[in-house]
Amino acid sequence: MSTQNYYVPDQSRFPIFMAVSLFLLVMGASSTINNLGDADNNSVYILYAGFLSLFTTLFFWFRQVVKEHLAGLDSNQLKTSYVYGMAWFIFSEVMFFAAFFGALFYVRNFAVPWLGGVGEKGIGVAALDLWDGFESAWPLIETPDKGAAYKDTGFTSMSWPGFNEKALTWLPLYNTIVLLSSSLTVHHAHLGLKKGNRKQFNVWLGITVTLALIFVGLQAAEYYEAYTHYGLTLNSGIYGSTFFMLTGFHGFHVMMGGIMLAVMLARSVFAGHFEDHDHFGFEAASWYWHFVDVVWVMLFLFVYIL
Amino acid sequence: MSAVIENHHDDHHHGPAKGLTRWLYTTNHKDIGTLYLWFSFAMFLIGGAMAMVIRAELFQPGMQIVEPEFYNQMITLHGLIMIFGGVMPAFVGLANWLVPMMIGAPDMALPRMNNLSFWILPFAFFILLSSLFMEGGAPNFGWTFYAPLSTTYAPPSVTFFIFSVHIMGASSIMGAINVVVTIMNMRAPGVGLMKMPLFVWSWLITAYLLIAVMPVLAGAVTMMLMDIHFGTSFFNAAGGGDPVLFQHIFWFFGHPEVYIMILPAFGIVSHIIETFSRKQLFGYSSMVWAMLSIAILSFVVWAHHMFTVGLPLAAELFFMWATMLIAVPTGVKVFNWIATMFRGSITFETPMLFACAFVVLFTLGGFSGLMLAITPADFQYHDTYFVVAHFHYVLVPGAIFSIMAAVYYWIPKWCGNMYDERLGKLHFWLSFIGVNVTFFPQHFIGLAGMPRRYPDYALQFADWNMVSTVGAFLFGVSQLLFLFIVVKTVMGGKKATDQVWEGARGLEWTVASPAPYHTFTTPPKID
Repeated sequence: MSTQNYYVPDQSRFPIFMAVSLFLLVMGASSTINNLGDADNNSVYILYAGFLSLFTTLFFWFRQVVKEHLAGLDSNQLKTSYVYGMAWFIFSEVMFFAAFFGALFYVRNFAVPWLGGVGEKGIGVAALDLWDGFESAWPLIETPDKGAAYKDTGFTSMSWPGFNEKALTWLPLYNTIVLLSSSLTVHHAHLGLKKGNRKQFNVWLGITVTLALIFVGLQAAEYYEAYTHYGLTLNSGIYGSTFFMLTGFHGFHVMMGGIMLAVMLARSVFAGHFEDHDHFGFEAASWYWHFVDVVWVMLFLFVYIL
Repeated sequence: MSAVIENHHDDHHHGPAKGLTRWLYTTNHKDIGTLYLWFSFAMFLIGGAMAMVIRAELFQPGMQIVEPEFYNQMITLHGLIMIFGGVMPAFVGLANWLVPMMIGAPDMALPRMNNLSFWILPFAFFILLSSLFMEGGAPNFGWTFYAPLSTTYAPPSVTFFIFSVHIMGASSIMGAINVVVTIMNMRAPGVGLMKMPLFVWSWLITAYLLIAVMPVLAGAVTMMLMDIHFGTSFFNAAGGGDPVLFQHIFWFFGHPEVYIMILPAFGIVSHIIETFSRKQLFGYSSMVWAMLSIAILSFVVWAHHMFTVGLPLAAELFFMWATMLIAVPTGVKVFNWIATMFRGSITFETPMLFACAFVVLFTLGGFSGLMLAITPADFQYHDTYFVVAHFHYVLVPGAIFSIMAAVYYWIPKWCGNMYDERLGKLHFWLSFIGVNVTFFPQHFIGLAGMPRRYPDYALQFADWNMVSTVGAFLFGVSQLLFLFIVVKTVMGGKKATDQVWEGARGLEWTVASPAPYHTFTTPPKID
């Protein structure tokens, strides 16, 4: 636990650049969203500027950290700081997903049944007769203004279709296979790195990044299906809300994790970074990857199967 | 390799950089602590000015000086600014200054991220305050931003509010991760977990709470954003959602948030009472366990804010009993503070005055909390001024008094000068009288049925409202005296010794006053 030589960096411009980038990003996002549909609105350029400066700052900031590491400035103790930092960051992400899973459990177990008159709290609500044609059942995909349009699609939900021929074309099953295998491949890459087998590392990490791309592609296909063929959109009642927000945020995190892994791959292939005993950058990215995998298992269980 | 890296060892013996860039680019925990503290002071004055608008309007029944719409914006921004801009950054500032010195660390574990956590805040509050000048006005739905007031019926500025909450949350999460990592990884050899000063313990637990609940708040505002602009139905019963779902998610964040604003205060008060009683703190380990129990319980009591929304009976009973359980560890702490003072050789310098007032008035706020926790009684108290009196008692003479106590207690260490004791005592007594005159009468008008968040009220509440407003202005004006005292101390004054206070114990008192720019670049020896 010695604090000898703990590396305290000098003054840095990165944080203030990052803060300004975030400011541009959220100002741009707020004004863009508030003016959606207004063709003369230029605030989206503030949003772009925010993204651009955010990614630029992140790139140079990470580059600086890598440089400092290669210069031998950081100690084992600093590495421990990164390890704890990453672990607690992932925990905060867990809690972010917990909010959306909590919402899903609440509406499925309480809100929707109560709207249908179940239980002591449901009786009064049901007497209100929410709107003509309202049905308290899961999946609840209709809203008073949008509901009717979806009537003739014959669509029920994205859930497990049961053991029949439809199961073979059920995309979430393939998504699960792809993502679970990618967790194994990234682990295999890690084993290779620990043995000092650079080729094994690069190849299996490359396969992992490819699987990440395939997953995102399949997810995009599923969204396309949902919007065009099923009429399932963000507007489709609370089922559409929870479905798209949970899978959407998961998909977004898969993209982030995929980018992290791709950066690690590039660092290994083009710059020869990482040693068998010294590769926390990669390890952090792989932890993140296992985390999005676990979230998917939860999603598969609670959004698709049950 | 850049020259900056190669030169870094020489730079370490230098003092701070010159000019504005010192503050913009700094990675020094003391600089960042100072930034946090001044920022929170500025927010305290802005939020306080809004409170003055509220109290001026309520001085007499009838509409006096502001429009109801503007009144609603004032109560909303007052709450948000005081919580997210005043109390929380003040505690983070204290953590920045004190935690590394208390555990013998050279700095915070992740110094650049530390700077980022701070510099997000001025931008976030710029966005929030700029909403006052937007079309439709600032957020007007109360600091709890219940749906559908904050969704279906919200002004357009709600989008800006949502994103400013997002980046405030990012700042808090990064700050909390930094504190956790610093405490877990940077303690000098010999500083075991159960040897850590209580302020460090209180912040370790607070940081854990922050990491656990700020993302939940982010989730809540994200759902709001989607409901408002992208047609989802999270908080809309017509699509199968539920406005009560918003309250569940909000208070799952909100209740631990309450303890985020009080646990560091527990740590501060423990140090001050110990020092000025010239005795060792009574029951150190029970203090630690009490804080841990409070933190864990804070996750299972959230629905006591929602007794009147129509929860099932089983839920009302569970949340009532769980809430009452919190009185046990809190009672342990209060008894420990009193036991520490018992037969102590006590002197009442300004920090001790604030700490004693904290113990008494926070306990009073705790008792009114117990009253509110009783479900059937809460049906009467809910959303009345009794609630306003309750949470202002735990937050103003609770959290804010502890911050002021901390400033008086540690400012000699920060700037090397003693504050003016006579003025400090004057500030204390004005604040003490002001806060009680403001908030004690609100118990009466609340029990008599005056609802919160209205700019007008029935004639029967007139007298006590007038008293409350007089107290509020007394309290408000005395904070300008506080500003004067702090500035005066920073500018000069009697030189402080290294130990500063006769009974002071802990590593931060072993370094020079003012504390050198870099402390403990090599770990200190702990016996």
